[in-house]
Amino acid sequence: MSDPAAPAKRTPLYESHVAAGGRMVPFAGYEMPVQYPTGILTEHNWTRENAGLFDVSHMGQAFLLGPDHDTTARALETLCPADFVNLGLGKQRYSQLLASDGGILDDIMVTRSVDPAEDGALMLVVNAACKDADFALIEQRLPANVKLLRAGHRALVALQGPRAAEVLAKHCPDSADMAFMSARSTRFDNFDCHVSRSGYTGEDGYEISINAKYVATVWDTLCADPLVKPIGLGARDSLRLEAGLCLYGHDIDATTSPVEGALAWSIQKRRREEGGFPGADRIQRELRDGPSRLRVGILPEGRQPAREGAEIHADGRKVGVVTSGGFGPTRNGPCAMGYVEAAFARPGTALTLIVRDKPLPAVVAPMPFVPKRFFQPKAG
Amino acid sequence: MSTIRYTKDHEYIRVEGDIGTVGISDYAQAQLGDVVFVDLPAPGKEVAQGAETAVVESVKAASEIYAPVAGSVVEVNARLADNPATVNEAPLGDGWFLKLRIADTAQLDALMTEEQYQDYLKTLG
Repeated sequence: MSDPAAPAKRTPLYESHVAAGGRMVPFAGYEMPVQYPTGILTEHNWTRENAGLFDVSHMGQAFLLGPDHDTTARALETLCPADFVNLGLGKQRYSQLLASDGGILDDIMVTRSVDPAEDGALMLVVNAACKDADFALIEQRLPANVKLLRAGHRALVALQGPRAAEVLAKHCPDSADMAFMSARSTRFDNFDCHVSRSGYTGEDGYEISINAKYVATVWDTLCADPLVKPIGLGARDSLRLEAGLCLYGHDIDATTSPVEGALAWSIQKRRREEGGFPGADRIQRELRDGPSRLRVGILPEGRQPAREGAEIHADGRKVGVVTSGGFGPTRNGPCAMGYVEAAFARPGTALTLIVRDKPLPAVVAPMPFVPKRFFQPKAG
Repeated sequence: MSTIRYTKDHEYIRVEGDIGTVGISDYAQAQLGDVVFVDLPAPGKEVAQGAETAVVESVKAASEIYAPVAGSVVEVNARLADNPATVNEAPLGDGWFLKLRIADTAQLDALMTEEQYQDYLKTLG
């Protein structure tokens, strides 16, 4: 984790945030905008209806470079439970870096270059607060013929929302037909960049990785589009919560396994059978027998939010704890996620949340809390 | 004729006779951002000066509201249940939280006047 005593770092877009009236707060060792003057509700709704622009340059970017795809993929598979060997050209996959007991050290996005000439390269994006520890761990575990190259010179912005595609197509025409969880090297106007169709809001959208020297120009160009507004960390959190997506250090951490975290979908069949990742004994056992606890969606009755740390009770005793919770502007009501004992994880199960020493009725609910709207090109 | 006093935690109390109307300042609502829920006490509740009497929830966080003076709750603002955003729109008007029958009006003397509160805000940067 980042050192709280260290001076806060700034992304290459710091000046743009201040100029736009962003309220800067410390986050993962960086000064980041929590909101702009219109506020979190407006930013949240704008992203669900138009296109929101997020600075995520604080996140850790790096390349894994090996002699061929199979070698690089297998090196990463010693740390993560996803199948990277069978990851196609230009495809992206979500996974987790695991500790030897199967606990999650970080979650990670892994992309294989679309260009066959870059065979053997994987692009990694990890969380800001974990990046130094993640990259140190990866380097320590790599075979001699696979190198980690940190990409600290690259910035990262996300353009998210139902109108993100039409906005980006004006500057990057070949982004329009990309499928969700695919990526390609391309150009934004005249700037070389790497674009993936992915995000953290439950909406269609893109992440654009670009040299830090050019990112302010790209940011200003996108912000000049009437369909685009900059969005801060506050709305980023309410958007991802409604989408049922985990926030590392809250919904998943070193004490939770991917199976407990309801992330078993991200462990492909070959890895489930073969194992060969840290904590495989525990994770394979949890896949077979079911975990003792599970991350679930929770909808409180009424309008009062339940926040991180609220105890979850059922049958007159504590059966879990809320790990993220707040008010979902699109739901127009509170929503939360947390861990419950497996017997209480079925959707529809009645729970009682303890909020400021008072009981708040709630129910286990499927996630996401709002429909996902990811893009897939039409077949044929 | 009413007088208004403020706390360092940005609550206000508008006093008419022995009834005080409690809410949060314009500065406080701007800091909190969009208010989505206000948890209000039951009328009749006795509160001590500085005791937690309500909780205001924005999209981002929950914040406690403390009683500026001791008293008993005589009324809460029912409008906030359906329209919590009133706190943002009119914090000193229709966005009030609750009315207290003030136990000891001498407790008001330790609170800030409008002018003192504005000076206090300047020290917060």
